[in-house]
Amino acid sequence: MNRNQRSAKADQQSLSIAVVGSGGAGAITTGTLLLEAAAKQGCYGILTRTVGPQIRGGEAAALVRVGNAAIDCVGDGFDILLAMDWNNVDRLVAEIPLRADSLIIADPEQGKVPEAILTSGARICELPIGELAKSVSKGRPNMISLGILAELLDLQSSAVNAVLEKQLSKKGEAALQSSMETVQAGRDAASGLGKYPLPVGDAAGGKRWLITGNHASAYGALRAGIRFVAAYPITPATEVLEWLSSGLAKTGGRLVQAEDELASINMVIGASFGGIPSLTATSGPGLSLMIESLGLAVASEIPLVVIDVMRVGPSTGIATKAEQSDLNIAVYGFHGDAPHLVVAPNSVADCVSTTQWAVHLAEAMQVPIIVLTDQYLGQTKSIIDRPSKVDYKAERLTTGIPTGGYARYAITDSGVSPMAIPGTPGGQYTADGLEHSVKGTPSTKAEDHEQQMNKRQQKISNFNYGDHWADVEGTGSLAVLTWGSTTGAIREALRKLKQAGVDDIRLLSLRLITPAQPEKFTAAMTGVERVLIVEQNHSAQLWHFLRAHYELPKDAEVYNRAGPLLFRPGEIIEKIKQWRSA
Amino acid sequence: MSMTAETVNKPTPADYRSGIKPIWCPGCGDYSVLLEITKALATLELRSEEVAIISGIGCSSRIPAYSSCYGFHGVHGRALPVATGLKVARPDLTVIATGGDGDGFSIGGNHFLHACRRNVNITYIVMDNQVYGMTKGQASPTTDPDWDSVLTPGGTGIRAFQPLVIALASGANFVARGFAGDPAGTTNMIIEGIRHPGFSFIQILSPCATFRPDQREWRNMVREAPVPFTNDPSRAANRIMTDDGFNIGILYRGDRPPYETGRKGTPRDIDTIAEEFSV
Ligand SMILES: Cc1ncc(C[n+]2csc(CCOP(=O)(O)OP(=O)(O)O)c2C)c(N)n1
Ligand code: SF4
Ligand SMILES: [Mg+2]
Repeated sequence: MNRNQRSAKADQQSLSIAVVGSGGAGAITTGTLLLEAAAKQGCYGILTRTVGPQIRGGEAAALVRVGNAAIDCVGDGFDILLAMDWNNVDRLVAEIPLRADSLIIADPEQGKVPEAILTSGARICELPIGELAKSVSKGRPNMISLGILAELLDLQSSAVNAVLEKQLSKKGEAALQSSMETVQAGRDAASGLGKYPLPVGDAAGGKRWLITGNHASAYGALRAGIRFVAAYPITPATEVLEWLSSGLAKTGGRLVQAEDELASINMVIGASFGGIPSLTATSGPGLSLMIESLGLAVASEIPLVVIDVMRVGPSTGIATKAEQSDLNIAVYGFHGDAPHLVVAPNSVADCVSTTQWAVHLAEAMQVPIIVLTDQYLGQTKSIIDRPSKVDYKAERLTTGIPTGGYARYAITDSGVSPMAIPGTPGGQYTADGLEHSVKGTPSTKAEDHEQQMNKRQQKISNFNYGDHWADVEGTGSLAVLTWGSTTGAIREALRKLKQAGVDDIRLLSLRLITPAQPEKFTAAMTGVERVLIVEQNHSAQLWHFLRAHYELPKDAEVYNRAGPLLFRPGEIIEKIKQWRSA
Repeated sequence: MSMTAETVNKPTPADYRSGIKPIWCPGCGDYSVLLEITKALATLELRSEEVAIISGIGCSSRIPAYSSCYGFHGVHGRALPVATGLKVARPDLTVIATGGDGDGFSIGGNHFLHACRRNVNITYIVMDNQVYGMTKGQASPTTDPDWDSVLTPGGTGIRAFQPLVIALASGANFVARGFAGDPAGTTNMIIEGIRHPGFSFIQILSPCATFRPDQREWRNMVREAPVPFTNDPSRAANRIMTDDGFNIGILYRGDRPPYETGRKGTPRDIDTIAEEFSV
C-alpha cells in the first residue's frame, strides 16, 4: 500500500554505520542522534539495535543505515564501525559484516581489535575516545563518537545541535553545552580521517516521519478506531501497547494491563462484545496462549485484532530478534475449522495502513484478525515519507432496535449478520462458543453446525479485499514471492538488478495471508514461468502455504533461512543470479 | 426500569428468563441460583438489556443463555477477563460473571486473584458444588481431600481451596457465602453484591444432585452466620477460616474504590497525535 509513497530516486545511495559499546556506554544514543540528525538533513534511514541478553549493561550496537531514498532493510555491509569498547563484541560480529574498504574506529585504551573483526581487512584507525571525553567537563565517549561520525559524514552542525537540544531539553543548559563541546572535540579528532559524505536526501519530497513499526501499527490501530486495549508485556511487542496507552488516553479509549495473555485476549473479547473496537499485541509465546480464545471469537463472531510481533521461536527462542516463523500458528493454530484472517505488513510504513486495514476487516466481518509483523519491523526506527492517509475505519454492522425476534447469527447473503450491542433493547442474546442456531441457542444438530460453518466461511470468502491482498511490482516471466519484512531486501535487490539491466523479475509480496486469493494470484502471475519463494524461517512455512492454496508454476524454488540474521539485498541478488542461471 | 410503578408493572423474575430450557439434572442447585439471580435483577428493576451475564464452561456456566439479559458463554475459566473487558469498555452496563468451582478456581484461578485485586465493579457468582459436574464427577479445588472418584481413587489427598479467604487476601470488596436452597438470603446477597461498588464475590453452595448426592445434607448443615458482616478483612478471614464452611451470609464489605481506567483528557485529534512522529 505504500508503493506510491516511496521516493523514486534512480540513484539510490546509502551508508551503513555500526556503533558498538557495552551497555551504558550510550552506543544506542549515538546511533539514534545520528539518525535523527540525518533526518533533519533530508535523509532516509533506519536504526536497528542489537543487544545482548542482559537487561542492562550487556553489549549493544546501534546499526544505522542512512541514504537518499527510503530504506527498508539492512545493508550488505558496514562502511564504518565505531567501537567505544570491544566488550563481548564477538556476539555481534555476524550482524556487522565488514569489507576491506570499511573503516574501523577504535579506542586503543580498550585493547586490541578482536580477531573476528580483523579478518575483514578493514582499515583501522585508532582514536582515544575515552581520553577525549575526559578532556571536556562531563564529556561522554558517546558524544565524542557522535562528533567523529558527524565529521566523517559531513553532518551539519545545525542538524546535530538541533537533535542534541531535543534530547537534552530536560537536562538543562549546562548538559547541552557540555555535549556540544564534546561533539566538537570528536569532530576535531576526526578531521583528518577522510570523508564518507552522507547521501543527502531530497527534503523537498514532503514531510517525513521517524517511527518504528510498533508505533506505526499502534497509530494505525488508533486511526481506525481501536478504543480498547488489553496488554500483557512481551518483547518485542511491548511498544505497541505502551504507545497505545497514551494514545488511548488522548482519544477517550481505555487500556487494561492484564494478568496474562489468556486474560488479555478474553478482555478484548469482552470489550468488543460490548461494541468497542478492541486490540491486543503480543509475540509468539503470547499468541500460543491466546489461541483457544481466538477460536471463541471465531465461533461467537466477535471482531478483534491481535498484532503478533514475531520473534525467533520455538518457545522463548530469541526474544529480541526477528523471524517469520509464526505463519503456521497464525493460519493453522486454531482447533476445529475456524475461518479467520491473517495479514502481514511488509514495511515499517505499511504497518500503519495494514493495521488500519486489519481493524476495518475485523469489524466489517465480525472476525478475529492476526496482524503478523516482526521484531525487525516492530523495533527498527525508520525515517519514512509520511504515510498517505487511508480511510479504513472500524465499521460494524449493528442492529437497531430489532422488531420481532432477533437472530444474532441469522443467515445473510454476505454471511455477516447485524450484531446487537449490549444496551440495545430487544437485541438480547447470548454469544456462545458452543455451536448454535441462528438465535445463538446452543445446538448439537448437524444442520446448525453446517449452516454456521458455511456462514463463518462465507463472510470472509465473499469479501472484496481490493488490491491490498498483495503488492505486485514489475513484470516478467520470473517472480519472487515473499511476505512481511523480507520484502524490503527483495525490493532493493530487484531495484539494483533492474539498474543492471535485469528486468524480467516481478515481485509478489503477500499481504493478505488468509483467506487465500487464488483468482487474484493467478491473474497477478500471468506469464510467470518460474518462482522463487523467499522467507525467514526454518521450515519454509510460506512455501508450504502457497503450495496448499495456490497454483504455482512447476518450477518453484524456495530460499529460506531461520532468523535472526536478516536477509541482505546482496545475498538476494546472488541467490537470484544463481536461480536465473539454473 | 426508569418508568414509575404507576405506568408500568414492576418487573418479575420471569421477565429475566429466556425461553430456553436448562440442561441441568433434576434437583441440581443451579436451578435455584438462576431463580435467585432473576429475583435480584427484578428487585433492582434493572433493564435486562443493560445487564450482561458472562460465564465460562461447566453446568453452572450455562446460566447466561437461560436469562433474557445479554450473555456471553465463553471458554473454560475465562469468564472474569471477559467480564472485566466488558465492564471497563462499557461502564454503563451491569456485569455479572457466573460459573463453577472448577471454572473459577482451577483453570481460571489466576484470573480470580487478579479480578479481586483489580476490583472492577462487577459481581462474581460461583456455584460451588465441590465437583466437576459437566465432565462427570472429578475433584475440583474445593473438594475434600478424601472424596473418592474414578480419576483420583481414594481422594486427591490435597486440601481444599478456601475461595473466600483467597478473595479477601486478594482484595475483593464484598464477600458472601450463600446456599442455593436459601432463596431469600441468597437473593438478598446478590442484590447487595450488585449494589456494592467494586468486585463482589459470592460463593453459593449449589449441590450437584448427580455426582455429589451427599450434598443433599447441606440443607441441614447451613446456618446463618452468627455475627453480621465486618469491614475488617482480617477479622472476616479469621471467621471464615475457623468456621466449618456452612456459615452463610454477607461476610465482608470493603470500601476500596473500584478500578478506574482512562485518564480523562480532552480527546485529541488523531492527526495532532501523529505530529510526534514528524521529523
Ligand atoms: C480448556 C478446557 N479444558 C477442559 C474442559 C472440560 N471441562 C468442561 S467443564 C469442566 C469443569 C467444570 O466444573 P465446574 O466449573 O465446577 O462446573 P460445574 O459443571 O460443576 O458446574 C471441564 C474440566 C474444557 N471445556 N475446556
Ligand atoms: S451434573 Fe451436577 S452440577 Fe451438573 S447439572 Fe447435574 S446436578 Fe447440576
Ligand atoms: Mg463444580
